[in-house]
Amino acid sequence: MSTASRAEVCAVACAEAYRDNGEVIASAFGTIPAIGVRLARHTFSPDLMISDGEATAVRGTWAVGGPADGDAEAWLPFNQIFNLVWNGKRHIMMIPTQLDIYGNCNISAIGDHARPKVQLLGVRGAPGNTVYHPTSYWVPKHSTRVFVPKVDMVSGVGTDNARKAGPAATRYHELRTVVTDLAVLDFTPDTGRLRLVSVHPGVTVDDVVAATGFELVIGSDVPHTRMPTAAELELIRTVIDPRTLRDKEVQG
Amino acid sequence: MSLEDAVSQLRSGMTIGLGGWGSRRKPMAFVRALLRSDVTDLTVVTYGGPDLGLLCSAGKVRKAYYGFVSLDSAPFYDPWFAKARTGAELVSREMDEGMVKTGLQAAAARLPFQPTRAGLGSDVLGFWDGELQTVASPYPDAQGRTETLIAMPALNLDAAFVHLDIGDKHGNAGYTGVDPYFDDLYCLAAERRYVSVDRLVETEELVKAVPQQSIILNRMMVDGVVESPGGSHFTLSGSQGRDEKFQRHYVEAAKDPETWAAFKARYLDVSEAEYQSAVAEFAAEQAK
Repeated sequence: MSTASRAEVCAVACAEAYRDNGEVIASAFGTIPAIGVRLARHTFSPDLMISDGEATAVRGTWAVGGPADGDAEAWLPFNQIFNLVWNGKRHIMMIPTQLDIYGNCNISAIGDHARPKVQLLGVRGAPGNTVYHPTSYWVPKHSTRVFVPKVDMVSGVGTDNARKAGPAATRYHELRTVVTDLAVLDFTPDTGRLRLVSVHPGVTVDDVVAATGFELVIGSDVPHTRMPTAAELELIRTVIDPRTLRDKEVQG
Repeated sequence: MSLEDAVSQLRSGMTIGLGGWGSRRKPMAFVRALLRSDVTDLTVVTYGGPDLGLLCSAGKVRKAYYGFVSLDSAPFYDPWFAKARTGAELVSREMDEGMVKTGLQAAAARLPFQPTRAGLGSDVLGFWDGELQTVASPYPDAQGRTETLIAMPALNLDAAFVHLDIGDKHGNAGYTGVDPYFDDLYCLAAERRYVSVDRLVETEELVKAVPQQSIILNRMMVDGVVESPGGSHFTLSGSQGRDEKFQRHYVEAAKDPETWAAFKARYLDVSEAEYQSAVAEFAAEQAK
């Protein structure tokens, strides 16, 4: 077994975000988070519910980039997804276009809202997701373009804005994990600021600092992100991503 | 009734809801009929896709209420909606996806608003120029704190347009795919309700063709039924997949005025029957 690639380390870090989640919908955007949730369910988080990306919850473990070939276990049309979002039975991993020091996330547009320079998708479900259930983020390319001091518009609610909006916003607000191609981060409970948890093997703390457009909370001794086990690598390479789509998202 | 009959009952300045979701089971034949009409200055409520894009291409949208606008496959961003936004050609009432459902539910239940958490702490409040307010719960929580929530206003519609797979002439109609989306709510939220169907059948055939649970519209929820085979093209419906090649063709054509003029002449400045023939020709060309 050759050593793990950076993409494989990232996939396992995404899987770790879903450890001990219990029985919730694991919604994951991007190839590497999709590998992560399947890996988590196949190994240490068997109770996760995973959709085929359309309207059906599917059992089993299938390859990314193709149709779900497991057995259907439930119906999850969009209407029901909103009910489950509001009920809190979900942990989503979204891809922010911008993410700031307090975890505010922008996926809506770049520039001024009334007349944006670039129109993206709009806020989508980000405002609701962040105030109703656990939310994590996946950043395929950690850079100062993504990690900005202040986002152009708040789609996903950060810790500072949740607190400002009061108990109705903070009650179920829980930003969990930010996985990037360089590191794993989370949020300090007291200040709500983004904190470096670990750097991936081959990455230094200085690399992360240089690629981040604001000051991170950094402890005195930052560990390395754990390496995938041999069994995890086997599963990723032969079952979950045999076509190595993960290398298109993260190289090295 | 015909597509033209339905659209002739609209007036400029109305608020219309468009069913479906992104590039999924959109009432595209109705949208094309709207493009052929002189109805304009519309306020549109939608889970947006190429329906909103096409209306923007003709400058018919004054204001849009939406949770997102997506083509659901690459390049994802609708080119005409993006042009309208970056050119500040429309007033945007962007909101969380769940807020659209909440606003339609409020209208369906004839309530002025429904509370929701979604939107709190985000910039959505700022996008609405004061049109969106909060409401304090009269019931304190267990710790004695007051929860202040978004008071999502009812999204009352002058008219709703939806497309379903099969229906009868009275307005009973069902879907055959995996998801009803929110078409029932759009109809309940609207004054005038129009449904196009791929197949118009007798009631007896409808109730045999789909499970009862799939008949999401009954005749109390519909004012006009139009038989429009392929009426959701190029978005998907239960009976056919998305025409990905044609959707990409639409996106490419939007890139410059000349290619758009050609696209418009071939597919939009024509009747629905001519559109469907032109689409079949395009598919044949692509298959060569």
